[in-house]
Amino acid sequence: MPKTFQRPQALTDKAFHYCPGCTHGIIHRLVAEALDQLGVRTKTVGVCPVGCAVFAYDYFNCDMIQAAHGRAPAVATGVKRVLPDRLVFTYQGDGDLAAIGTAEIVHAAARGEKITAIFVNNAIYGMTGGQMAPTTLIGQKTTTTPFGRDRETTGCPIRVAEMLSTLEGAVYVARVSVHSPRHVRLAGRAIRKAFEVQLRGQGFGVVEVLSTCPTNWGLSPLEALKWLEQEMLPVFPLGEFRVPAGEEVV
Amino acid sequence: MRLLPKVLMKGNEAFGEGAIRAGCRYTFAYPITPQSELAHFLARRLPEIGGVFVQAESEVAAINMVFGAAAAGARVMTSSSSPGISLMQEGISYIVGARLPCVVVNIMRGGPGLGNIAPAQGDYWQAVKGGGHGDYRHIVLAPASVPEIIELMELAFDLADKYRGPVMVVGDGILGQMMEPVELGSAEATPAVPAKPWAITGQEGRTTRNVISSLHIVPEENEKFNLELAATFAEIERVEQRYEEYRVEDAALVLVAFGTVARIAKAVVDRARAAGLPVGMIRPITLWPFPRDRIRQAVAQAAGFLVVEMSFGQMLEDVRLSVDGKKPVHFFGRPGGTVPTVREVFAEVEKIMGVTPDAQDFSTAAGVNR
Ligand SMILES: Cc1ncc(C[n+]2csc(CCOP(=O)(O)OP(=O)(O)O)c2C)c(N)n1
Ligand code: SF4
Repeated sequence: MPKTFQRPQALTDKAFHYCPGCTHGIIHRLVAEALDQLGVRTKTVGVCPVGCAVFAYDYFNCDMIQAAHGRAPAVATGVKRVLPDRLVFTYQGDGDLAAIGTAEIVHAAARGEKITAIFVNNAIYGMTGGQMAPTTLIGQKTTTTPFGRDRETTGCPIRVAEMLSTLEGAVYVARVSVHSPRHVRLAGRAIRKAFEVQLRGQGFGVVEVLSTCPTNWGLSPLEALKWLEQEMLPVFPLGEFRVPAGEEVV
Repeated sequence: MRLLPKVLMKGNEAFGEGAIRAGCRYTFAYPITPQSELAHFLARRLPEIGGVFVQAESEVAAINMVFGAAAAGARVMTSSSSPGISLMQEGISYIVGARLPCVVVNIMRGGPGLGNIAPAQGDYWQAVKGGGHGDYRHIVLAPASVPEIIELMELAFDLADKYRGPVMVVGDGILGQMMEPVELGSAEATPAVPAKPWAITGQEGRTTRNVISSLHIVPEENEKFNLELAATFAEIERVEQRYEEYRVEDAALVLVAFGTVARIAKAVVDRARAAGLPVGMIRPITLWPFPRDRIRQAVAQAAGFLVVEMSFGQMLEDVRLSVDGKKPVHFFGRPGGTVPTVREVFAEVEKIMGVTPDAQDFSTAAGVNR
């Protein structure tokens, strides 16, 4: 019987350390599949964040570098300027990209840096114990908003994709989700598209992926997928916010 | 070797010229006085020779761009001044942790806080004691003339590659603004840079992939890594101590000063000698590793030392550690962006050597004694 499903070449055979039901693993697979489909695994440099994905260098089967918290886009800039023919991507959480690393992501996008950011939005700080993230929903309970996020004192969630899509240099900006098989397929397509934009030298790309954190949300894996769909989608609408000139939004 | 004629060059440009001659083609920096001319020079020159200058959004970003470029195998530098160097400390710690070579220039200015843009040496401790978090050191070079800036920039890149770590080169606004003739020597092509098989360049052409990380989650593994670093630091302390000495042979009083202040100290030595006072000077060129061996040697012959700094006494501690209480170590400093004059320092020399009656009174109107 022909093999129709296998481990992507761009993943090592090391077992993920992510919690049961965490969708970081699905997103890793989608990135790896895109690298395989484009045949660029050995021409790729990935940049890991600080966050639950800090060990991503153990999982992506390509050259990898681990950056300081929030600085992945600056590190990727340094790599890409030296190696303009390589595919360079960052993989970052919402604390990493949208709090401590806001300046780095905004300016990498503004410069039109030819890199791709995979932005995992799980509305919380996973690694450090479930604190409020810039993407935490109003009313959402976290360890630093024990009574629910209050708009008066902590503001409202940042919509990163919409914000970055105002920048000329960001030529591909999309928000996708992984809460259902259909959405996983669409997410994979967006990631691949973002990589293609980079390979064509068109500019900066970012794919925001809505993701679960059952552990810190205090939900079962299944409940977490439902919560993502019911609570996050209304605040973080899916879609392509920017595509290269001449291309149609799908 | 074809010798080029001497050209008049500004200190700030010499940092850039030295970097280019060392084969550096990448600079990431954020504007700050008094080093901006260095960035201007590189922004103009690097694209002419196929290099890249990126104006970063902050010094935090600049040093992390350096981190990425160094990891990709390039000779790379950044430059800044005191407040910006403070912002870079996290990145420098990561660069040490990932064992990456790069060069960081600090044109020091008066602090703390925003301080001022005047020449100062108040970042000595930050530079030589680590600066960022964790257990580490990096080489610190301190040129005292425009030709030496070029020479030490070339050396900085070689040492960075040799030991796989950051090298800091420190100066101040006087050195940066100073114009002096330099002989550029033979205009050789890009120098030989050692192979960097560890660089993250995409796996193509290699059988295994490369990973660069400063994370060692198991304490024993991190200890092992720290001990490897410690061994490198010990080796650097053993073989890289550099200094210049001036009329030390028969000196009863040895001045110790670096960078701009060493030029003043040299003039003081001449003035003292003219007055019949046996005074000499040791000028550390490497602030770390501190040239303690030479200072220790001088202890046997000298009756005392006078450390002169544009701070309230930072290198003073390293001199005292080297002298180890065996001889008196005096200090005269002007902190906050003020520059000691030859007259002031000479007056100190006269006091210490008992020429003036108030030899025991080390307080002066301007300046600090410790
Ligand atoms: C300078 C610095 N500040 C704080 C931390 C602690 N820290 C580690 S991960 C993290 C947040 C991670 O959250 P996120 O980026 O959302 O990723 P996730 O773990 O949810 O995947 C924080 C604050 C750090 N490592 N470095
Ligand atoms: S803490 Fe949350 S984000 Fe981190 S691995 Fe567990 S479920 Fe995933």
